[in-house]
Amino acid sequence: MAIKVYGLPQSNNALRAMAALNEKELEYELCPVDLQSGAHKKPEFLALNPFGQIPVVQDGDDIIFESRAISRYIATKYKESGADLLPVNSAKFETWLQVESSQFYPAISELNFELLFKPMFGMTTDMSNVEKQAEKLSAVLDVYEAHLAKNKYVAGEVFTLADLNHMPEIFLLLKSPKAELITSKPHVKAWWEDISARPAWKKTAASIPL
Amino acid sequence: MSLIKLYGTPMATCTVRVLLCLEEVGAKYELVPISMPTGEHKSPAHLARNPFGQIPALQDGDLTLFESRAIARYVLHKFKGQGPDLLREDNLSDSAMVDVWLEVEAHQYNPAISPIVYQSLILPRMYGGTPDQTIIDTNLEKLKKVLDVYETHLAKSKYLAGDFFSLADLSHFSYTKYFMATPYASVFNSYPHVKAWWEDFTSRPAFKKVAAGMTSQQ
Repeated sequence: MAIKVYGLPQSNNALRAMAALNEKELEYELCPVDLQSGAHKKPEFLALNPFGQIPVVQDGDDIIFESRAISRYIATKYKESGADLLPVNSAKFETWLQVESSQFYPAISELNFELLFKPMFGMTTDMSNVEKQAEKLSAVLDVYEAHLAKNKYVAGEVFTLADLNHMPEIFLLLKSPKAELITSKPHVKAWWEDISARPAWKKTAASIPL
Repeated sequence: MSLIKLYGTPMATCTVRVLLCLEEVGAKYELVPISMPTGEHKSPAHLARNPFGQIPALQDGDLTLFESRAIARYVLHKFKGQGPDLLREDNLSDSAMVDVWLEVEAHQYNPAISPIVYQSLILPRMYGGTPDQTIIDTNLEKLKKVLDVYETHLAKSKYLAGDFFSLADLSHFSYTKYFMATPYASVFNSYPHVKAWWEDFTSRPAFKKVAAGMTSQQ
């Protein structure tokens, strides 16, 4: 049975799972979940993820939700396939995996939601929230700038899952009016240009309908 | 072997997450107080440990880590075999469930419960501020929806990741402990399996020990 990804090709969190699958050179079936019609709140979907959110990955008997749990599962289970996303089991790796989740993601995901997704759903962007989140993200990226001046990738000298988990949100932000938050910081920009040139990411990016 | 140093305070929620792991594995460590009221967390010395200027940070010989969930994993890896196996990394399906419910704690549970704790306890007691009831009420509704899912899940599963206690359960402790000191604690009474789960794992010796340090200054 093929790996199934329940999600959508423009969803930030589903892309995190698909980016990991592409790095591992794994085939998978994308099963679209029609959020607009409320499919994610129906019993069939809630049986997969009781929190009613995408993505969910089904691989054999394992049903995994929460995109960072998914990407870690893929990286671990298929360690020998494609690129090794867990080449180092270091304190720095675990730390920067968490930094993405607790420092980077909250501000950037809210910015992307305000600037890209709200207009798509006919909702009004809250500009004061945009400025607030932009300021938060800028402060976080100052720390990244200093870190990436001394480290080629967030966990050190090699690309890891910790870099990958950042990628969908950066891709989306670069399509928004706040792209300069990334492009104005030379080491952050250079890091993005390096990691987004990876063939697996190019495959992922090509599938995003934005 | 030099002693592990944990920089933080025994009342701080994220420091507690790490203290629980250290106590569960029986590690020897030194808790080095960092004074938030005097801004010590933003001092150059502490920023060198955690560039985000937060507590906790951990130093183990030459190694420095920050982010409590990362430090927790590091401690559990380092002392693997010495205490209970809270990560289950020898079984992919089990460890995947630990990871799932760790993410749920971070991205579903915590965002609902922490504003309630902040508004009703931290803001008035530490900063002399007035609780914003709208924020509290909005997040109580969010929390109840999350607890609905936990109730159904814990009716079928003794602990979050399966029939074994794990880091996923542990990770819920500090904010929930403070929530139980707010006027809204009775919310948990409507969720009998959640309440039973809470009473079960908080009776572990490590939890009783760390909990004592959380209330000693109140």
